Amino acid sequence: MKAYSIVGRDIPRRDARSKATGSAVYTDDIKLPGMLHGRILRSPVPHARILNIDVSRAAALPGVKCVITGQDTPKIKYGNWRLFPATQDEYPLAVDKVRFVGDEVAAVAAVDRDTAEEALSLIRVDYEELPAVYDVRRAIRKDAPLIHEGSPGNVSVERKIAYGDVRAGFREADYVREDTFTVHPVSHAYLEPCSTVARCDPDGRITLWTSTQTPYIVQCLLASVLGMRENDIRVIKPFVGGGFGGKMELRPWEFCAAFMAKKTGRPVKFVLEREEELVFGRRRHPMRITSKVGFKKDGTLVAKDLKILLDGGAYNAMGPTATFLCGNFGAMLYRYPNYRFYGRHVYTNKPPASAMRGFGAPQSLFAAESQMNMAAEDLGIDPIELRLKNAQVPGDVIPDVATISSCGFVECLREVARMSGWNRKRKTHKPGRGIGVGCYSFISGGVFNWFNTQYPFSAAEVRAFSDGTVHLLTMASDIGQGSDTALAQILAEELGLRMEDIRVTSADTAMTPQADLGSWGSRVTLMAGNAVVQAARQIKEALFGAVSARFNLNVIYDFECKEGRVQARGRPDRGVSFGEAVAMAQKANRGEPVVARGYYTPRNKGLVTPAFSFGAQVAEVSVDRETGLVEVEKIWTAHDCGTVINPTAVEGQLEGSIHMGLGYALSEELRMENGRTLNRTFLDYKMPHAPDMPANESLCVDTYEPEGPMGAKEAGEGLVSPTAPAIAEAVYHATGYRCKDLPITPEKILKGMKK
Amino acid sequence: MMKHSITLTVNGDRYTLAVFPWRTLNEVLREDLNLTGTKRGCGTGDCGACTVMVDGRTVSSCLTLAVDVDGKEILTVEGLAPDGERLHPIQEAFIEKGAIQCGFCTPGMEMSALYLLSNHPRPGEREIRHGLSGNLCRCTGYNKIVEAVAEASRRMEKNNGAPGGGRKP
Repeated sequence: MKAYSIVGRDIPRRDARSKATGSAVYTDDIKLPGMLHGRILRSPVPHARILNIDVSRAAALPGVKCVITGQDTPKIKYGNWRLFPATQDEYPLAVDKVRFVGDEVAAVAAVDRDTAEEALSLIRVDYEELPAVYDVRRAIRKDAPLIHEGSPGNVSVERKIAYGDVRAGFREADYVREDTFTVHPVSHAYLEPCSTVARCDPDGRITLWTSTQTPYIVQCLLASVLGMRENDIRVIKPFVGGGFGGKMELRPWEFCAAFMAKKTGRPVKFVLEREEELVFGRRRHPMRITSKVGFKKDGTLVAKDLKILLDGGAYNAMGPTATFLCGNFGAMLYRYPNYRFYGRHVYTNKPPASAMRGFGAPQSLFAAESQMNMAAEDLGIDPIELRLKNAQVPGDVIPDVATISSCGFVECLREVARMSGWNRKRKTHKPGRGIGVGCYSFISGGVFNWFNTQYPFSAAEVRAFSDGTVHLLTMASDIGQGSDTALAQILAEELGLRMEDIRVTSADTAMTPQADLGSWGSRVTLMAGNAVVQAARQIKEALFGAVSARFNLNVIYDFECKEGRVQARGRPDRGVSFGEAVAMAQKANRGEPVVARGYYTPRNKGLVTPAFSFGAQVAEVSVDRETGLVEVEKIWTAHDCGTVINPTAVEGQLEGSIHMGLGYALSEELRMENGRTLNRTFLDYKMPHAPDMPANESLCVDTYEPEGPMGAKEAGEGLVSPTAPAIAEAVYHATGYRCKDLPITPEKILKGMKK
Repeated sequence: MMKHSITLTVNGDRYTLAVFPWRTLNEVLREDLNLTGTKRGCGTGDCGACTVMVDGRTVSSCLTLAVDVDGKEILTVEGLAPDGERLHPIQEAFIEKGAIQCGFCTPGMEMSALYLLSNHPRPGEREIRHGLSGNLCRCTGYNKIVEAVAEASRRMEKNNGAPGGGRKP
C-alpha cells in the first residue's frame, strides 16, 4: 500500500459536529415566509380508469390555496431517467388511469398540514375499476389485464446477454443443476422521510430544496415535466437522512411543490408520512430467478443460463436499469466461459420497485451464491475451494463488459476462511449451529449512461487562496455516506494541506460545476474523486511554475505540495508556503484567481463499470430447533475496495450493509395482499435493532485500483449482497433446511426440518 | 376548539405558549420553537428519532401531547451543549467513533444514550444495546454507536459523573 498522510486516516466526518448538535438542516427543517404545506391524494384501488375528479369542495375549504389534478399539469411523462423515451411511462399525477394502490391522483397546498389533509378528504374521484394482476407469472400470460398500452404481455423491457456457447457448455458438463429462487420486496427505510420545499422566484425561476441523491437529474427531469429550461431550475440538496437508492428519481411531490409554488407564488413544502413511504413507496425488486449451471467433475464452471422475471410494479421507475444489471451481476465473481441471460421487467398492479442498495445484485447474488453452495455439496468440494477454483483474477475478461483490473477476490476467500476458522467449524459443528459463505463483486459506478447528458459524469472545481485555504465545489451528493469528507481528504492529500484548510460546497446545481450524476452505483469516490484529483493537479502546475520562477531552478527539478508548502522535491529550502505560492501565481497572472476544474468520464472501460470490488463473507448461526429462531452469532468479512480513503467510513458502510443484509435475510419483508402493502409502521416492518446485530470482524485486502483516485474503488454497496446467501447456507448447515425463497423465517425452517 | 396556554421549560428557557390540544410536543418544538434538532422519522413512536427528555425521562415527542407536559422541564439535543463551544461527552464520542452517518437518528440516539448513562453510568455492551433498542438507525449497523456510548461513559466517569465537564445534563 502506498503511504499517504491524510488518505487512509480515520478523520471524523466534516458534518459530524452539526449532526451531533442538531444544527444540521434537513429539508423538513426549512421554513420560508408564507410557506404552504402540500399533501397528495392517492388511489385507493389497484387498477382503475379515472372517470371524474371533483375538487370544488376541497378548493372552497378556507386555508386551501391550490388544488391540482393531472388535468391541470402539462402531462409530460417521465420515468427511468431519460435515455429511452419508450420507457418513460409515468405522469407526476395520474391522467387517465391509476395502476397501484397509492398512485398519485391530486395534490393540495394549504396554509397548514391539517387543512391540506382535510382538503384531501373533500376531493371526490370516480373510478371505474379494472381487473388487476399482482403476480409476475400471471402478468405475462396472454389473458392478463394490460397495465400499460404498448407493453403487450405486461413486459416493459427485455434484456439478453449471450457469449460463448451455452448448449455446448452444458454438453461438456459432468454435473448440471437448475434451481428457481424467489426474493421478496423490502423497503429502503431511510430514517428521513422524503421531503421537498419549492420556491418560485419573482422572475419565474424555481429553487427546490429536496431530499435527493441526484440533484442534477432532478433538475433536468423537473424542467422536462414542467416544460421549463433546465437552468431556470436550481436544485439544492440540504442534509439528507439516508437514501439507499430510494431518492434517485424525480418524485411526484417534487413536481407538485414546484408546480404549485409557481401557481401560488408561495413556497410549498411536502413531507411524506412513514406510512406513505412503507405502503406506497419504492422498494427493492421482488424477482423470480431461474438459474441453470454446469460444472466439470473437478468443479470447473462451464456454463450458466440465467432467466429472471423482475416484478416491477406499476411503472418502470429504475427497473430497466436493474434488468440490465441483473444480467451483469449474474456473470460476476467467477469465470463463466459460456453465459446466457434473459431478463424481463414485468408490470404488476403494485407499488413500483426501483433502485435499492445493490440494484439487482442482492437478488442475483442470493441465487448465484446459494447455487454455488448447493453445487459444492453435490460435487463433494468445500464451498470456498469451489469458489477459489473459479474465482476471477486480475486481467480476466468478461466478454462485452470489461477487463478486470484490480481484483483481490482470491485473497478475500483465503482471508475469510482463516479469520472465521472455516475448515475446523465446517467439519465439526454442534447440532443447531452452522457456518456458511457468500461472496460479492460490485461496480464502482456505472458506465451505462441511462441519463442522456452532454456533461461529464463528475466534475470538481478547486479555488486556491493566498491565505492557504482552498474551496472545493462539486455536485457530488453526500447523503450520509460521507463523500464530502472523502473528497476533501483526497484534495488535502493531493495539495499537501490539512482538512481544516478545505471548504466544501456540494450539490447545488446553480453553484457547483456541471455536472454529477449523483450518489448511486457506488460511483462517487472513484468518479468525483478523479475529478478532484484532476483539478488539484492543475492547481499544482500553476503553483509549481511560480515557485520554480521564484527560485530560478533548473528545469529538471520536480515539485511537491507537502505539509502546507510548495517546494522542490528533495530541496525543501527551495519552497514557500501554499498561500504564498498562490499569491505569487496570481501576481504573475494579472491577479487572476487560481482556479481549476477537473472532470471524469470513464474511457475505454466497456459498458458496465470502470472498476470492480470483491469480497467474501462468512456467517455463523445458531438455530433454535424448537422455535426455528435464527441467531446470527458472528460475521467475518474480507473485502477488496482498493485503497481505503477513510477506514471508519468503510467500516461504517460494512456494518450498515450487514444490518441491511441481516434484515433482508431474516426479518424484513413488505407483506402484500391484493396489491396492498400491509406493513403500515416500523412496528410491522422488522428492521434489526441494536441488540439484534451480530459480532463482526473484517479486513480489507490490500489492492490498488489503477483507474481510481489514489487506488480507491467502491465500498458502500456491494457489501450488502453476501449476507443473505451466507446466512442461508449457515442455516442449511445447522438444520438441513435450504432456503430458496427469501426471507428465511422460523415457519419455513420448522417446515423444512420436518421433511 | 380552544387553544390551551402552557408553560414549558426547554433547555433551561421558559416559554409560555398557546397550543391546540392535539399538537404534539414534537410539533411544538420543531414548528413553534424552531428547535429542529429533534427529528420526526415515523410519527408512531417506533423509530426514536424524536426522543427528548421530559423531567429526566426519555419520551417519543411525536406521541406526547404538548398539553400533557405543561409545567415540565424538557431537554432536547440543542440543550446538550448549551454554550455551543464545548460539546457533551456523548456528542464528542459520537463524532470521534464514527457513530454518525446520515445523522437523522443521531439526536434521538444521543438522548437515549444520556438517559442510559444517567441511570447506568457504567453499562456493559448488552445494556448499551438494550438502552438503544428504541432507536432505529439504517446507516451504521449500530456498532459504532454502541462503541461511542461506551466511550462517553468512560469520559463522563472521568468528569466525576458530571456530564459535560461539571455541567448538569
